[in-house]
Amino acid sequence: MEFKGYRRADGRVGTRNYVGILSTVVCANEASERIAAGVQGTAAFLHQQGCGQTPVDVARVSQTLVNLGKNPNLASVLLVSLGCESVVLEEVAKGIAAAGKRVEQLVIQEEGGAARSVARGQLLAQQLVMEASTLPATLCPISELRLGLKCGASDTTQGLFANPAVGIASDLVVAAGGTSVLGEVTEFIGAEHILTRHAKNDAVASEILGLVHRMEARAKAMGCDMRGGQPTGGNIKGGLTTIEEKSLGAIAKAGTAPIQATYEYGVPPTVTGLVVMDSPGREPEILTGLAAAGCTMIAFATGRGAPQGFPFVPVVKVTGNRVTWEKLRDHMDVYVGTIMEGTESLPAAGHRLFGEMVEFASGRLTKAEICGYTKSMDIYVVGPVI
Amino acid sequence: MPSHAGIDAIAIRENDNVATALRDLAVGEKIVVGVADHTRSVQVRQAIPFGHKLALTDIPAGTDILKYGEVMGRATQEIPAGAHAHIHNIESLRGRGDLEAKGTSHGV
Repeated sequence: MEFKGYRRADGRVGTRNYVGILSTVVCANEASERIAAGVQGTAAFLHQQGCGQTPVDVARVSQTLVNLGKNPNLASVLLVSLGCESVVLEEVAKGIAAAGKRVEQLVIQEEGGAARSVARGQLLAQQLVMEASTLPATLCPISELRLGLKCGASDTTQGLFANPAVGIASDLVVAAGGTSVLGEVTEFIGAEHILTRHAKNDAVASEILGLVHRMEARAKAMGCDMRGGQPTGGNIKGGLTTIEEKSLGAIAKAGTAPIQATYEYGVPPTVTGLVVMDSPGREPEILTGLAAAGCTMIAFATGRGAPQGFPFVPVVKVTGNRVTWEKLRDHMDVYVGTIMEGTESLPAAGHRLFGEMVEFASGRLTKAEICGYTKSMDIYVVGPVI
Repeated sequence: MPSHAGIDAIAIRENDNVATALRDLAVGEKIVVGVADHTRSVQVRQAIPFGHKLALTDIPAGTDILKYGEVMGRATQEIPAGAHAHIHNIESLRGRGDLEAKGTSHGV
């Protein structure tokens, strides 16, 4: 099986062909958003970071921006900077250009304000879109797919139906030589003993335990029971009682493939197969982390109905909850409640989901793309705002 | 996993002591629960919303709650068979910064 993708100068293959308008700092968000709003074929990435942070986080934000820019779903990138932020624009530009793609820069304080920046930014973006539009999609093997795994707005249908179906689809991507990235380390808590059984070796198993310990210690440092935050109030309404129960259901989306390696947040894997990436479970940060890791599509299992997509990566919503499927049709892409209804086996639903994901990879639009529910993103930082 | 048509609640493993409701369950109903590869009958003691859990046996306070054959928490009070099993009678054993703040240890 193949999908129609866009092969980039560095050999990686995208499932979309956008011009990325990347804000380097929270203060450049408005200009970035206005540039993108005026030019079809662009996608703006906005976030709340980039300045007034510890050097650890500034480096993390810079590296995440570089990795987002390198994502093969972007043909080229326009970086929009305020001019006085901690993130060093030149370094981000250089990092992205190393992938062999065109990078343009715009500095609001040098242009003379937002209005002038938006005007010149739109003209630049138009040129970039014209260039990008000449690149044809070609048939590419599934081994070129890099899939991100996510679940959210969870209820108990997920652990039983949607996550296991996503797990089968992920196994099929891995079996074809592709890569699948599992984040949401918070949702390993209480299920890490099962994940470690899937680790390729003891070193990877111990890295997984280390990531879980670090995440749990951060939550416990607040001196309270994390229930209410994880699982969330909505998870609890959906029947999930503890983080352990949520995790035991959440890890089903990783399937049964061996875990090859672990990575820090937003770092692109250097191996193929199933890998783990450090990240929290909240949508803006994990979706950004998966995109920075180079994922070109994301499978997102949801029970209660999470609407979020990502600006330039298709996010496929999979639900096993019939009420959500019927009430939230403008947000849900694939229904697997058929497993519960007895009209389809779990393996059959997983294979059907994989087939539909190949269609989405080949250009079929997800609901999040169609309704434009893709803007509220952020980068996961670990230190304070200072 | 068996076909889920015709069952009202599901437990994945034989040793699970809670099951997940596949529809809203009313007080007094005698329901069919799919447990691993067979079914058993349970009388519903409290209304159970779709997606929520009910106890399959009388669960004494302090007992591990098992779902997917794994520990998902601990009963904070006795949960009779057929009763709603949720945050009011099950506590998490993880992410408990509250216990550390009080200086209590909480073995897993």
